Amino acid sequence: MTTIRCDIVSAEAEIFHGEATLVIATGEQGELGIAPRHAPLITRLKAGHVEVIQENGERQSFYVSGGILEVQPQVVTVLADAAARADDLDEAAAQAAKEEAEKALADRTDAMEVAEAQAKLAEAMAQLQALERMRRNLKH
Amino acid sequence: MASGREIKTKIKSTQNMRKVTRALEMVSASKIRKAQDRMKASRPYAHAMRNVIAHVAAANTEVRHPFLVEREQVKRVGYVIVATDRGLCGGLNANLFRKTLMEIKEWQAKGVEVDMVVIGQKAVQFFRRIASINLLGTATHLGERPRMEQLIGVIKVMLDAYTEGKLDRVILGYNDFLNTMVQKPRLDAMLPLPVAAEEIVARQEEGEGDTVQAIDVKREHDWDYLYEPDAEAVLEHVLTRYVESLVYQATLENLASEHAARMVAMKSASDNANKVIDELTLVYNKARQAAITQEISEIVGGAAAV
Repeated sequence: MTTIRCDIVSAEAEIFHGEATLVIATGEQGELGIAPRHAPLITRLKAGHVEVIQENGERQSFYVSGGILEVQPQVVTVLADAAARADDLDEAAAQAAKEEAEKALADRTDAMEVAEAQAKLAEAMAQLQALERMRRNLKH
Repeated sequence: MASGREIKTKIKSTQNMRKVTRALEMVSASKIRKAQDRMKASRPYAHAMRNVIAHVAAANTEVRHPFLVEREQVKRVGYVIVATDRGLCGGLNANLFRKTLMEIKEWQAKGVEVDMVVIGQKAVQFFRRIASINLLGTATHLGERPRMEQLIGVIKVMLDAYTEGKLDRVILGYNDFLNTMVQKPRLDAMLPLPVAAEEIVARQEEGEGDTVQAIDVKREHDWDYLYEPDAEAVLEHVLTRYVESLVYQATLENLASEHAARMVAMKSASDNANKVIDELTLVYNKARQAAITQEISEIVGGAAAV
């Protein structure tokens, strides 16, 4: 029986790697069954199961929260999303990143300034101590 | 000569310092393993993603997505700089920043403006002071386990600017983890894709031992994908994920580099502290000896006078 190579990966780990006779996934526009020598196809995946039927008839099932499915004649690649995603969530994240940058530019008392001030303070203290010691030595 | 007590306090404070540097060294030594594992765990994804992108670049796509098209004139470039949140890691950040600034200077000499998003507290502190660089977004405090969600915001800022045509090129800067002793600051073009592909090919020709597989830009046959739902939406999605995976991988590499660099820096700091302590101990003993000798000779002298 002909088989097709199947790679299922997410950003945090490799999930499946091997030969399959059929790969079933939940595409954005419905269920897809990919058999060997399928035409090149690329689509987004909805949250759902990806099922791999191996040569010995064994079925393996994985859950993905979304991602990309790419089909080449010899290989099926599933790129699973690591995080739950939605457009408005992305928008909010972008906004937060911008605001943080503005804050960094405006805020003059963040951790760095405190650290800098502490370093200067320590230096000043050391100088004071040195002066004190010199004074004491002069008295003797 | 410095008095005995003064030297003693100096020895004490150096010993305390050594305690701190040793502790930092050991903390990093234990964290580096995990950081390396995490870096390796995410490689299959980056690899698969690169393959898909290579296919996309080779396909004769019906829609020319902006990410795939090189613009004739570069008027503004965007940098994504990945640095550490904490210091005390030797020249790691400084090397990257220096390299970045040098490249930026070249751009600016050509009249190209520079936008930037930065990841990591150290990069924020450094680049916000430079007035000629426009800071678009920041992400800090990623911790030991950077998650994709923490990066989505800054990446979207960059990609939006690119899609809108405000940026003509996007470059990613980070420290590449080669091994525990060697980390290399890197500035890689991410967008548009043809430029990124050229760079990868050029680097491989230079013979740099790179695990990155070249994006095959050759077009043997004219073929195209079946798209579901439509080409534009899918390409947008795929290319966005591609850039995200690049930045994510860069953060993991940088984290491993940070721990490696800190371990080495703190080790040499501890060694230096040891040396200082040895020297000071010697001086202290000499001073003590001198004091005793003087006392004895005074007593002997006094006794002789009686």
